[in-house]
Amino acid sequence: MNSATDTRVAAAGIVRKPRPKIRADQWIMNAISFVWITFVALLCILPFLLILSGSFTSERAIMMDGFKLIPTDLSLEAYRFVFRFPEQILRAYGVTVSLTVLGTVLSLFVIAMCSYVLQRPDFKWRNGFSFFFYFTTLFSGGLVPLYILVVNYLKLKDTYWVLLLLPLVNVFYILVMKSFMRSIPAAITESAKIDGAGDFTIFMRLILPLAKPALATIGLFVALGYWNDWFNSLLFISDQRLYELQYYLYKVLGNIEGLKIVAEKSGRPVPDMPGEGLKMALTIVVTGPIIFLYPFIQRYFVKGLTIGAVKG
Amino acid sequence: MKSAFMRDFMNYKTMLLMLVPSLFFVVLFQYLPMFGLILAFKEYTYGKGILGSAWNGIENFKFFFISGDAWRVTRNTVLYNVAFIAINLVLQVSIAIMLSELKSKWFKKISQSMLFLPYFISWVVVGTIVYNLLNFEHGTINTLLRSLGFEPFNFYSDKGVWPFLLVFFSAWKAVGYGAVFYLAAIMSIDSEMFEAAETDGANVFQRIWHITIPSLKPTMIVLTLLSVGHIFRGDFGLFYNMIGNNGLLFGTTDVIDTFVYRSLVENNEIGMSAAIGFYQSILCFATILLVNGIVRRADKDSALF
Repeated sequence: MNSATDTRVAAAGIVRKPRPKIRADQWIMNAISFVWITFVALLCILPFLLILSGSFTSERAIMMDGFKLIPTDLSLEAYRFVFRFPEQILRAYGVTVSLTVLGTVLSLFVIAMCSYVLQRPDFKWRNGFSFFFYFTTLFSGGLVPLYILVVNYLKLKDTYWVLLLLPLVNVFYILVMKSFMRSIPAAITESAKIDGAGDFTIFMRLILPLAKPALATIGLFVALGYWNDWFNSLLFISDQRLYELQYYLYKVLGNIEGLKIVAEKSGRPVPDMPGEGLKMALTIVVTGPIIFLYPFIQRYFVKGLTIGAVKG
Repeated sequence: MKSAFMRDFMNYKTMLLMLVPSLFFVVLFQYLPMFGLILAFKEYTYGKGILGSAWNGIENFKFFFISGDAWRVTRNTVLYNVAFIAINLVLQVSIAIMLSELKSKWFKKISQSMLFLPYFISWVVVGTIVYNLLNFEHGTINTLLRSLGFEPFNFYSDKGVWPFLLVFFSAWKAVGYGAVFYLAAIMSIDSEMFEAAETDGANVFQRIWHITIPSLKPTMIVLTLLSVGHIFRGDFGLFYNMIGNNGLLFGTTDVIDTFVYRSLVENNEIGMSAAIGFYQSILCFATILLVNGIVRRADKDSALF
């Protein structure tokens, strides 16, 4: 360090703490960690950058040079195309957003209510009921009976209901919520009971507000599940008006030519449809809200994962 | 005089009502399908329903086992899951330990955010990513190969590379998510243990080997057990979005779940797909009981139930 810096540091009034000497082994470990984590982390976001770049590249450039990290020929044509016929995508957005909001609220309410009861120490039958729920994580009927049940018996094919109701109660979240509820002192319930409050009132007025942190984190998981769902559409939805957002993307990826035909049928001639760019732009449009919200919600997810032992 | 049961019932009335919505959905979407497994032994006809359809013994199972499909998809499912479990364990534990060793807060924060990001996207988007990277005509990797003067590689007709690609993307999507569990476990280790090791003159690597890794053992066991319990279940989203209906690749990439889906939805072979589903459910259940039994013997606290 030269003296000029020393004076400046002194002038700024900054007192440097003497750095503790880093031992050689710690230095090696830090170097390995830094390099490896940087490498893996870059691998994790690189594909997103590639898609982003592809979505802003002109179709001609993609055809000539392929996908690249840095767009050679910037263009907005793919996005313009996505929003030239916005009915379908806006509809899919509507389906997914409403499912996410409605589904998350309902799911949280049902799950929280159930979890609260399952951990009440004065509820003698709690172990029996808990096992009844837990057992479904050990054994399952699988896809086929569920499919027959939903399609032939409940007649829920091509309905909004199947998308809303199938993911509503996830037993795994009940187990997590239950172990959180256990950390709320039982004395709260007991004293409210003495004051004459009913079980449902206690749950609504006292327990729900106290369970807010758990509700927030589990709610985020539930919401993400609804947002990212495409499987239930794949199985049960053939009506285009009910496509979920992810499933709409799936359909377009598999059938870009079909989209061309639809566009041409609509009477508006489409000379150069930016097929490749369109796939990328649509992916960005579909994933956008998650990436945008990601920095704000990520820490809640981390908290949620470590909320407590899952053990029933 | 009221029985004790009735008294309890009246006492618990509100609480039981609060359980009703969850019970309703669990019975409807979990328990009813379990009984629907009898479909595996029936010749299903739409008009007669599940109960009314005629029994046909093990007819539904025959073709699946005789054709060799059973062996192929079961082998694939198990081998993939073994690879996923092993790679995920090593990768996630190593990333968590490394993150915990670094001191820089901002580096940890940023890198953890980056590592966690793939968990948040749907498998469909992973499908786009794979397409962007591997597409023959203009995929990023082939673009790179061409610009370096190599021949482009047609991933979609070479079934040998897909096991590696599938393992890669499975690890890619799960790394940040899994590391969170291990990082939390490391944070809860008593710091006095590290200090004691320090005074005893242990170096970083000895400290990690003798303190951090043994302390992570319970977490590793629980998480691995949960995965082993699902060793006969293929991750449908992963396989279906990366492979889709590309028959060229089925030899190395078809798992039980994709096979059942195709038999059911595309070939409409309800009896056979139900039979395979039955086979899978039984295998899964037996594995969970077996694994849990073994763990219970070795270390009671680590057992799941």
